[in-house]
Amino acid sequence: MTDPLVIFDLLLALAIVALAVAALSVRDLFAMIVLFVIFGLLSALAWVRLSAPDVALAEAAIGTGVTGALLLKTLHHLRFVSGTLGQQAALGVTPVTPVPVGVTLANAAFCGLITLGLAVAFLGAPAAGPGFDALVAEAMPLSGVDHPVTGVLLNFRAYDTLMEVVVLLAAVIAVWQIERGLSDAPAPAMGEVWQGFGRLALPAIVVVGTYLLWVGAEAPGGAFQGGAVLAAVGLLLLLTRAYVPQPGHRGIARGAFVLGTAAFALVALLVAGGGRVAFEYPLEHAKTLILLIEGLVTISIAVTLAALFHGREPVALTKGGRDDA
Amino acid sequence: MTPDLIYGLCGIAVFGIGLVGALCAQDRLRRVLALKLCSVGAGFLLVVGAWREPPAAPDPVPHALVITGIVVMVSATAVALALIRRLQTLEADDER
Repeated sequence: MTDPLVIFDLLLALAIVALAVAALSVRDLFAMIVLFVIFGLLSALAWVRLSAPDVALAEAAIGTGVTGALLLKTLHHLRFVSGTLGQQAALGVTPVTPVPVGVTLANAAFCGLITLGLAVAFLGAPAAGPGFDALVAEAMPLSGVDHPVTGVLLNFRAYDTLMEVVVLLAAVIAVWQIERGLSDAPAPAMGEVWQGFGRLALPAIVVVGTYLLWVGAEAPGGAFQGGAVLAAVGLLLLLTRAYVPQPGHRGIARGAFVLGTAAFALVALLVAGGGRVAFEYPLEHAKTLILLIEGLVTISIAVTLAALFHGREPVALTKGGRDDA
Repeated sequence: MTPDLIYGLCGIAVFGIGLVGALCAQDRLRRVLALKLCSVGAGFLLVVGAWREPPAAPDPVPHALVITGIVVMVSATAVALALIRRLQTLEADDER
C-alpha cells in the first residue's frame, strides 16, 4: 500500500521541475516571471514537507515575493526603455549577436554531465551522516531562545548573520550607485481598486510581519521573514503612491539601512570583553539582546528591501542634468 | 521512497535546469532567473541533508545556512537587475 503522502511528494516534485523548465522556456518574459513565482511557492511547500518551515517562510517571502517584485519592476523598466510599455505583445529580448546552435548544445550537454555527476554523488552518499543536531540540542539552553534555527542564526552563527546584513547593505549601496542619474520609468497606474486594497491590507501586513518577528524566539519565524513581510508594506506604499520618496528623505533612509548592521556590530563589541568573545551573550540578557538585534535588523531589512525595489536614489531631476543638492 | 530521496533528485534537476538556463539563455533577465533557480536547487539539497525521519527534529544549521543564502541571493539579484536596467537604458540611448 503506497502512502498517499509519497504520491503527493512525487507530484509536487514533478510540478516543481516542470515549472522550472516552463519558466526558462516560455517566450514571454511576463509569463516567465509568473511561472517563477508559482515555482517558488511550490518549492516553499516542498520545504514544509521536509520539516523546514523557517526556510519555507524565507523562500516564500524573500526568495519569491521580493524577487518576483524586483523582476517585474525590471521588466516594466525594460518595456519603458524599449517603447513597448502600452502594448500587450510578448516581449522577448533578442540577442545582439546570436549564439551558434552548436555552442548552445555543447553547453547544455556539459550542464547535463554535471547534473548527472551530482545525481550519482547524491545517490551514493551515505544516508543520514552525523549532523549538528546533537551539538545544537546540547547548547540550546545557553542560547536564550527556544527555537533552534533562531538560536543558530542569532547566537551560534551570529557572524554569518551579521555578514548577511552587511551584504544587504552593500547591495543597496551598489544599486544606488548603478542607477545614479538614471531617469525612472513612470510608475504603472494602479487604479482606484489598489488604493482601497492598500488601505485594507496594510494594517494586516504590519501585524503579520511584527508577529513573525516576535514569534521567531520560540517557533518558525524571525527577523528575515518578518522584515520581508514588512517590506511588502513599503512596496504597497510605493505602488499606490501613498509614499513618494523625496530627496530630503535620503538621510533617514541611509540611517535605516545601517541601523541593523550598526546595532548588531555594537552588541557584539559590547558583550565582548570580561573573558567573553563577540556574540557570547551573557545568559540572563541573551533573549533581550537577541530580540533587540532582531527588531532593529527587521527595520533595516524592510527598508532596504523596499529601497532595492524602488531602485534609483531619490534625487531631484532637473532638465539640464542631475541636481544633487 | 522517502521525501529526502524525492526532493533531493528534484533539487538536482532544478539545479541542472538553472545551469542550462544560465549558460544557454539568450536574454539577461532569463539568465538572472536561471541563477536563482540554481540557488533554489542548492537550497533543496541542503534542506534534504538536514531532514531526519520524523519524529526526529531536523538539523537547524543547514536551515540557517539556506536562509542566509536566500537573503544573499536577493541582494545579488537586485544588483544584477539594476545593472540590466542601466545597460538597457545606455543601449537605448546609443540607438537614438
